[in-house]
Formats: sequence, structure tokens, C-alpha cells
Amino acid sequence: MMAASNPLVQWSWVTGNWGDTIRPYLLQHAELAAIAVGIGFVISLPSAVAVWWFRRARGPVFGFAGLLYTIPSIALFGIIEPFTGYFSITTGEVALVSYTLLILIRNIVVGLDAVPEEVREAARAVGYSPLAELVRVDLPLALPSIFAGLRVATVTVVGLVNVTAFIGLGGLGQLILTGFQRSFNTPIVVALVLSIAMAGLGDLVFVVAERAVVRWARVVETT
Amino acid sequence: MSFWSGLWQFFSTGSNWSGQDGIFVRLGNQVELSLTVVAAATLVGMGLGFYLGHTRRGGFVAVNAANSARAVPSIALLTILAIQPFPGLRFGGFLTAGITLGALAIPPILTNSYVGMREVDPDVREAARAMGMGGWQRFWRVEVPLALPLAVAGVRTAAVEVVATSTLAAYVTFNDLGEYIFAGLAQNDTVQTFSGALLVALLAGGTDLVLFGLYRLVTPGALVRSGAVRPEQSRGIVRRFPALARSFESEAA
Repeated sequence: MMAASNPLVQWSWVTGNWGDTIRPYLLQHAELAAIAVGIGFVISLPSAVAVWWFRRARGPVFGFAGLLYTIPSIALFGIIEPFTGYFSITTGEVALVSYTLLILIRNIVVGLDAVPEEVREAARAVGYSPLAELVRVDLPLALPSIFAGLRVATVTVVGLVNVTAFIGLGGLGQLILTGFQRSFNTPIVVALVLSIAMAGLGDLVFVVAERAVVRWARVVETT
Repeated sequence: MSFWSGLWQFFSTGSNWSGQDGIFVRLGNQVELSLTVVAAATLVGMGLGFYLGHTRRGGFVAVNAANSARAVPSIALLTILAIQPFPGLRFGGFLTAGITLGALAIPPILTNSYVGMREVDPDVREAARAMGMGGWQRFWRVEVPLALPLAVAGVRTAAVEVVATSTLAAYVTFNDLGEYIFAGLAQNDTVQTFSGALLVALLAGGTDLVLFGLYRLVTPGALVRSGAVRPEQSRGIVRRFPALARSFESEAA
């Protein structure tokens, strides 16, 4: 223990290690999180629409997404690792993506459920095909809920990526492991602060995107 | 030795189940830690959430607690507490793990309890008053039962997260099922990692099922039968938005 000479933040370490340690981990972290949310959304959107169109699919789809959501990320790494490989980015991303599915699918379905029936009837009355109605009426009206899901998924995944360091994928979690192994506060505090900041920034990106996209309504309060 | 036969051997070897580093002791430790944390967090989070929701105060903090807490990586909290002079590794890491998990568990319970209490239909409160119920009676016999399903959904979210994250406590020497995962990763022993992960996944799934049962138990049967309570709502809310609020209103109607 180096408790006596172990301030919460030793600035000289931060400045000395910024370029070749902290910054690469920060970028790696952002990349791992962005890929997970991106793939998660690409899978969730059609799944949610299918669940909304075919109500019978609700039980199985939410059950499966709920199961994946329930399995702890570190356990999911361990379960798929024999098949996808140790130190493999696939192992990390499969676990991260599986975590976003429940959040995203649930939010998209809740948003679609809230589309007023009169609006849908009106769309059909003017001759929209089911697909056109979905793309031009239903999904746009569900956007606030979809964005809310993206925000939660992003904040969750950015936090979770810290755990991928255990399977050797880098990211800010690597600083946490280093700090613990050396009983040295600074790397842990740096990772903690940067991780929270990145989650906040990711959240903000979607707030801004929502304001830009949902122009017909003042952005609904997401208290 | 192939992976599958290794797996069979792991679970069929008696010595892997017994002793200080056996499955039973480690499972027991993890359950003990998780139960303690969830019980304490329920007391604090539900108490505070119901109080704030009833008095309609502190809404901003209560509603945003769950979201903000999600951004804090537990592994950072866990490791930094573990290397401090206090709480350090006292009681085999129990204290450090307990504090970290408590910080994780309280926010979702608080938020859901607050929203549940807050969304009790004003007409129902009014009706209870008209029936001559006093303040405490209204709170305990009308408001709490109506708020309980959402509050328990928050406990479910918290409990699953606590069990998941208690696995990481093994990294700071707490002797639970996570030990198999970390030891396996360190020794590149795929069988050990997989076995530990499987046990942890089963524990998390079991926790989820038990809390789902509790959720159904505290939800009025009429709501379940009418289909107003859907599986996707039983996990508690993370962020409120109009669509979800509306779906709750129609539930109460």
C-alpha cells in the first residue's frame, strides 16, 4: 500500500500518460460502445416492428431479450468465450449488444404502441401501404421514445465497456485494473471521470439529435 | 481433454462442490452479500421514494437518480474502495462490495417507488378520503398497494444488477462464484471460466424469476388478467417519457 503518497489525483501522472496511455484507451472505449449501440439498434428496430405487427411474438422476443439482459456481462463473456475466443472483440461485442436489445426493443415498441389509432386509420384511409405507414407515420411518431431508449442504452453500454478490460479488450477499464493492481488511485479516478463524462456526452448527442429530428414538437421532457 | 468433457468433469467432481473454495460456500457468500444489499437498499430506496412521492417533493432528484447512477462504473467504485485504508478488504471484501452494490441498488428502487407513488390516481386518493380514511390509512391501505407493483419492479431491476455486479467483487478478493471466472481468465482455463459463468447466469436468472413472482404477487389480479400489465413493464422504468406515462394511466383506468 502506498497510502501515504497516494492522493486521489496525481496530476503529473495524468499529463505524463495522457498521450500514450489514457487517450488510446479513451478512443478504444468510445469505439467499443459505439459499435455495440449501433449493432444493437440495427437488430432492435426490425425486431421491435415485428413484435408490434405480430403481437404473438411479444412473449418470446421479450423473454429472450430479457434473458440476455439478465445474464451478467462478465458471465456472458465467460459463456461465449470458449466459442468466440479469448481476447476477441466478438466476445466483447456480443455481450454488449445483447445488453442493449431489451432496452431498445422495449422503447421502440412502447413508442409504437402510443401511436394514436385515429392517426393510423387516417394514414390507411389516404391509401398508405403498411410499410409506408410505418416509415412515414408510425416510426416518426415513436421517435421520442426511440431516442429515450438510445440514450439509456448508450449510458448503460459506456459503463459496461469498463468490464471488457477483463477479457483484454482495453478501454478505460484497463486503467481501473492497472490502478487496482498497483494500489494507485489516479488511474481509477481518471477512468471513472472519463467514463461518466463519455456517458454524459453520448446522452447529449442523442438529445441534440432528437431536437434536430423531431422538429414538429418541442422535445418532450424526459425527466 | 475436450471442452465438454472438461465441463462434465468440473461439475461431477465432488471436491469442486465442498470446502472453502467450493461451489456451495461461494454461492452462499454471493447470496448473503446480495440479499443483505438488496434488503438494505429496499428499506432505504422504497422508504425515501414513497415518502417523496407521497409529499410530492424532491421529484427531480428521485426521478433522475436511476439514470445518473447508470453512468457510474461499479468496477471503478469497487477497486478504488478496495485500495483505501478504509473500507479496504475488511471482512474478505464484504464491506467494500456492499457499499459499491448499495450505490448501485438504491437509485432504481428510489426512482420506481417515487414514480409509483406519484402516479397514484388523484381521484382514488380523493375517493379514499371521501370514504372517511385518515392520512395513515390512506397511505398504507390505498397508496402503498397501488404504488407497490412499480416499486417491486424497481427492486427486481436492482436485485438482478446486484447479483451481476457481486460477481465482480471476486476481483477484490470476495470469495464468491466470480472467483471461478477470474481464476479461469487468469489461467486461460476456459472450462473453469465457463462453469463459473454458467453458475452466475443461473443465479441471476433465478433472482429475476423470484422477483418477477413477487411482482405478480403484489400486482392486483384484475390488472394482470386485463393484459394491462405486460412483461415489458415488469422490469421497472429507467427513464420516464410521455408514452410510458400514458400507458400507466390507462392501466389505472
